Amino acid sequence: MARIQLLLVAVVVILLACLPLVIEKDSTLNLLVLILLFIIMASSWNILGGFTGQTSLGHAAFFGLGSLATRLLWIQGFPLLPSLLAGGGLAVVFALVIGIPAFKLKGVYFAIGTLALGQILFVTVGNLFPTISALPVEALRTYQLAPRYYLFLVLTILTVGFAYLLANSRVGLGMMAVREDEDAAEALGVNARRHKLLALVFSAFLAGMAGSAFAYYHVSYYYQFPFAPIWSFDTLTMVYIGGQGTIIGPIVGAIFFVLLREFLVLNVGEYHLIVFGVLFILVVLFLPGGFVEAWEKIRNLLVRRRSKRDRNASTTA
Amino acid sequence: MTEAFVQIIIFGILIGALYGLAALGLSMVFGVTKILNIAHGELIMLGGYASFWLFRLVGLDPFISLPLTMLIMAVVGLVLYKLLFVRTVKLPEEEKIKNTMLIGFGLTLILQNIALILWTADDRGITTAYSGQVFTVLNIRFPIVRVAGFAVALICLLSLHLFLRKTYTGKAIRATVEDWEAAALMGINIQQVYMLSFVLGAALAGVAGALVSVTFSIDPSMGMHWTLKALIVMVLGGLGSIAGTFAGGILLGATESATAFLIGGNYREVIGLLLFLLVLIFRPQGLLGAKER
Repeated sequence: MARIQLLLVAVVVILLACLPLVIEKDSTLNLLVLILLFIIMASSWNILGGFTGQTSLGHAAFFGLGSLATRLLWIQGFPLLPSLLAGGGLAVVFALVIGIPAFKLKGVYFAIGTLALGQILFVTVGNLFPTISALPVEALRTYQLAPRYYLFLVLTILTVGFAYLLANSRVGLGMMAVREDEDAAEALGVNARRHKLLALVFSAFLAGMAGSAFAYYHVSYYYQFPFAPIWSFDTLTMVYIGGQGTIIGPIVGAIFFVLLREFLVLNVGEYHLIVFGVLFILVVLFLPGGFVEAWEKIRNLLVRRRSKRDRNASTTA
Repeated sequence: MTEAFVQIIIFGILIGALYGLAALGLSMVFGVTKILNIAHGELIMLGGYASFWLFRLVGLDPFISLPLTMLIMAVVGLVLYKLLFVRTVKLPEEEKIKNTMLIGFGLTLILQNIALILWTADDRGITTAYSGQVFTVLNIRFPIVRVAGFAVALICLLSLHLFLRKTYTGKAIRATVEDWEAAALMGINIQQVYMLSFVLGAALAGVAGALVSVTFSIDPSMGMHWTLKALIVMVLGGLGSIAGTFAGGILLGATESATAFLIGGNYREVIGLLLFLLVLIFRPQGLLGAKER
């Protein structure tokens, strides 16, 4: 089974790597970039929210900081790779600064507190950098989509791979113990604060890198834009739709979310957000554990039915 | 300088009463039902439009039409509750908060865009004959509309307080907050208490919306801003404390105004949020809230 899964992952990765060679239309590639971006965002949020159980509404802050650092450095003429890493680095620094006070808050207070933190950065960055950031003419002339796509692809593979390794590691299990019951975890010798802080740092770094890649990818945007609360809400939504605390959930959620929104934009125009909102509420109400849980329920049902039939068959024989 | 500062603070307090009112509905709903309705700001928006259209089409003064606005929003609240939120009532608390937050997020999208399509993105406001009028006490100016808004907020607060303290239904609501299982065993219909609280919260959002449309302006995307304000004030004041909520609102309003005066208008929101985070970290039960358990 594990070997088949590995093979499947390899095939998907190779297919994704070959896509820019086949696809001619930029719009398709842009859509893929968006999906990859949100897979990174959702998977990184999932480390903090899904594995460790700390629902953050301020994920946009890390994304924004990553994009801000990278954009400022890179446009100034810094080499690309250090600029990208600086983005992830700045997000980690911020995570370390806010980590200790933020984790004094529990449950819904943590959620509202992180929302406020994100909003503080959103407004402050808007005040400090009120202008649009556009790529210099030189960079525009040589702009190519394919390298951007590959950057996102590599980051996505690293993020998902890291999440997978983490979930099966001692630290990851500690995080899940903290999620299930903080006091019980502490009693068993799991340092809850350290695990939460680690989850925050991992989550922040990966989201920061997504922001860095965004700064490298996007031609022109307001510096404030990646800090907007909608990035946090969209990310959280994808994870919930897919199934939080799993590896595949955030991936499925991100793909579904981006494609559905794209489909609705093209087909119902100005009503797309209304339809989207309705569908979204339906998913929350009727598939509370997301697609992953729904899939498991269906599979269990099928397995049970099959075993029942087998039993019936054997008794009648 | 000092006179100007006092003037600014007075303005802040008058606005703060409105923040308190916006938070009152949210806090009432969250306190009783543990439904965290982040579409509360959208309800305020709808209340604002209800009041606006009553003024524009029927010519009703926004203060006189308040009961009607409340009624309209109560119906909206009832529909939303029966259609959506009632399905989350039986979930365990953490899950309920999470799920209602998500439903609220979906609602935000829906209501915002319906408003956008029906009424366009234009800023609207109610301008009455007395809108610009001001009276002066000790050289401090008091705009009539804002003072009236303050009075309405105060009346709502006192009525809610009396309702919860004196009436049988109010006592049932408080009993449910204390211990819903015990309340249910005493023969209180929990389902009805939840529904009533939600409807009441929506009606209060209606009042807040009407006041916003007459003191500021309304547009379809205003909801997020007001939800955030309401959340901050709710936590500042302490859950379940009506007086605390009001005090939290006034504190936030005054702080924002002082910031705008001393540092600059761009940072009024930032300082308000910082204040909120500090209170959250050092006094999580809120300024006037009782310590939990």
